[in-house]
Amino acid sequence: MIAEIGLAALWLAAALAGLQLVAGALAVKRDNGALASLVRPAAIVQGLLCALSFGLLILLFVRTDLSVALVASNSHSEKPLIFKFSGAWGNHEGSMLLWITVMAVAGALIALVERRLPERTMLATLAAQAFVGIGFYAYILLASNPFERLNPAPAQGAGLNPQLQDIGLAYHPTTFYVGYVGLSVAFSFVVGALVTRQVTPDFARAMRPWALGAWMFLTLGITAGSYWAAYILGWGGWWFWDPVENGGLMPWLAATALLHSVSVLAARDALRTWTVMLGVLAFSMSMLGTFLVRSGILTSVHAFAVDPTRGSFILALLAIYIGGALALFVTRSSTVAEGERFTAISRESALAINNVALCAILAVVLFGTLYPLLTEALGFQVSVGPPYFNPVSAIFFLPMLLVLTVGPLLRWRRDSLTRIRTPILIVATTILVALAVAIFATDAGVLPVLGMAMAAAVAVASFMPLWGRSLRRVPLAVWGMAISHFGIAVGLFGMAADSAFEQERLVAAEVGDVIQDGPWTVRVVGVAPVAGSNWTGLEATLEAQYKGGGVSVVSPQKRSFWTPAQETSTSAMVTRWNGQLYTVLGGETDDGRWQLRLSWKPFVTWIWYGGILIAFGGLLALIGRVRSDLRRRAAREKGGARRAEVMA
Amino acid sequence: MNAGLKPKHQRLVLLIVAVVVLIGAALLAAWALRNQASYFYVPSDMAAAPPEAGQAVRLGGMVKEGSLRTQADGVTIDFVVHDGEAEIPVTFAGILPDLFVEGSGVVAEGALRPDGTFEANHLLAKHDENYVPRELEDMTPHQVRDTLAEAQ
Repeated sequence: MIAEIGLAALWLAAALAGLQLVAGALAVKRDNGALASLVRPAAIVQGLLCALSFGLLILLFVRTDLSVALVASNSHSEKPLIFKFSGAWGNHEGSMLLWITVMAVAGALIALVERRLPERTMLATLAAQAFVGIGFYAYILLASNPFERLNPAPAQGAGLNPQLQDIGLAYHPTTFYVGYVGLSVAFSFVVGALVTRQVTPDFARAMRPWALGAWMFLTLGITAGSYWAAYILGWGGWWFWDPVENGGLMPWLAATALLHSVSVLAARDALRTWTVMLGVLAFSMSMLGTFLVRSGILTSVHAFAVDPTRGSFILALLAIYIGGALALFVTRSSTVAEGERFTAISRESALAINNVALCAILAVVLFGTLYPLLTEALGFQVSVGPPYFNPVSAIFFLPMLLVLTVGPLLRWRRDSLTRIRTPILIVATTILVALAVAIFATDAGVLPVLGMAMAAAVAVASFMPLWGRSLRRVPLAVWGMAISHFGIAVGLFGMAADSAFEQERLVAAEVGDVIQDGPWTVRVVGVAPVAGSNWTGLEATLEAQYKGGGVSVVSPQKRSFWTPAQETSTSAMVTRWNGQLYTVLGGETDDGRWQLRLSWKPFVTWIWYGGILIAFGGLLALIGRVRSDLRRRAAREKGGARRAEVMA
Repeated sequence: MNAGLKPKHQRLVLLIVAVVVLIGAALLAAWALRNQASYFYVPSDMAAAPPEAGQAVRLGGMVKEGSLRTQADGVTIDFVVHDGEAEIPVTFAGILPDLFVEGSGVVAEGALRPDGTFEANHLLAKHDENYVPRELEDMTPHQVRDTLAEAQ
């Protein structure tokens, strides 16, 4: 019954999306109040139904109902509960259901809480959200039904890929999807504003918290994914420039640009067209990423749940939505009024440079990701990796960071560099000193040296907008900006330091051996059998000592799962404030020694601390914006009430 | 971007700057891709027209049954990759990916040494028991038949 209810809820939600689209579109066109009153409730109920459907799928997985095909092929009764739970979205159908659920719930949230937009724009926005949703409902219901029954039901399920039996599956796809799909809201807002010709600062202020929220989750999701990939052997470390990773990075780049341009539009009524383009671009990149991942068209180490036959469906959706939005944009572009002017040295100008640089990086990543497809069409195969992505994206990233150091200090509209010469001098000095230290005190390569120098400069510069101000009166949004920028510095330092100073040892060791890896002394205490609820394995016990300090015990494992029958290496780490020691147990050699891989990764954890700081800055800004907006609304209502009193 | 410019002109200047930077990015990307993309070989390609020694390329094929040897240091592994027509000896220092077994597909990243051995610094074996590297789909039917026959 549960599966049938879940499926019915999904069909109902799809029907409501249809209603929401038709009623919304007609109401916008004819100004029909009766139809308009249907739209918000439709969006809310649609969100609830999707959430119900998704909840029921999780329930099916938790109960291991093997009469459902998806459960039978991806779960197993002996799997630990947490992986039964997260296993619900560790497969193609389940992850698409998560996708549509996020989209529908986001639409419901807009319908519930968004009151700043003009009503017609609001209706058009919800209609657009439903329009995008319908495509994905069709995709799920027609091509990837998660509730399909299996008759007869098998006695036992096939189990979940052991690589995914990790807590990472609980937190990475969820946070990532909220951001990734949350960008559909920005897309719908832009479409709504274009349809009703309302690309105004008010529209930007209304859209900003939504874009911020999606961007914040996307940042968290990417950070979580990076952490997960770093400790799974064979996923290439914290960043691999894998097509799937790039598919997540590209929407983030576009969303980051959008966040900055929407601020210009909100504060200064400039960059209107540009903001609209970015709103379309960000979600387009989400869909492109999904297409690349789901179709398996590019070779990836992360692509689970691949089904090439379904790729063309997403490609068609991609074409319809992006093409539609662009066509709308072209017909409306003449009515998007020209924005306010600004000079070359101004806050707007700094943000415009940020935007252009982010888009250039996006273009670099996009070309690099798609290039193998292009060459394959021409008959030869290539793969593109760090030797391309690192230097080419750095060419645009470094100037952007330079602008980031002083941009927030500039005034809107018109400013001069001489006014902020002291901060510029401080930043320049920091860069030179850090460069000198990095060049003479270390043997790091060009990019890590530049990265560390820029990290130092951005770290210093990020808090300069707070200087000379009463800290308690600085708006939360400014704190948010400072913390996010500081997070960039922290993360960048981690990336640079890890790539420059990683020390790896690969040995075949006997029990009792002592291995030196950089500052670490590691003693092999023993290797013993160990078992979990659905695997057996071997566990090495290592005693690791940092520069003669206290001893930490690490236990990397080799696990053999029986459903599905597969071996995995489970790495183990010692985390210090200044980095991580990463250990992997390999196989046994013929003469009874054990293969061990030890990697000392200095400051690698800072990459993820940086990501968390960036997202936290976004959260502060979001709270600040919403709070000041609520205050303004309360004040307006109070004023209105007072006026009514006076009039009476 | 002088404040004295008309808004229309300012928009034009902004647009031109953006377009120039983006075209620059595209050209730079195209140039770098020509130099930095590493090429994919199957063993018969590599035997027929070997890449320059030291050039970063990828080699994909099947791990030959019975070819896996571990050297005395315990961590350097030698094996042979074949596609039914040609064989290339590969050496790799590291811990083998979990699903790396004789008879399975593998993609090795690395470079050819002057002595004709492929030195891999990275082995990609996707963590899925049904994995055949996608590049192998391009093998000739004859090659595929051979490899499949041998894999079983």
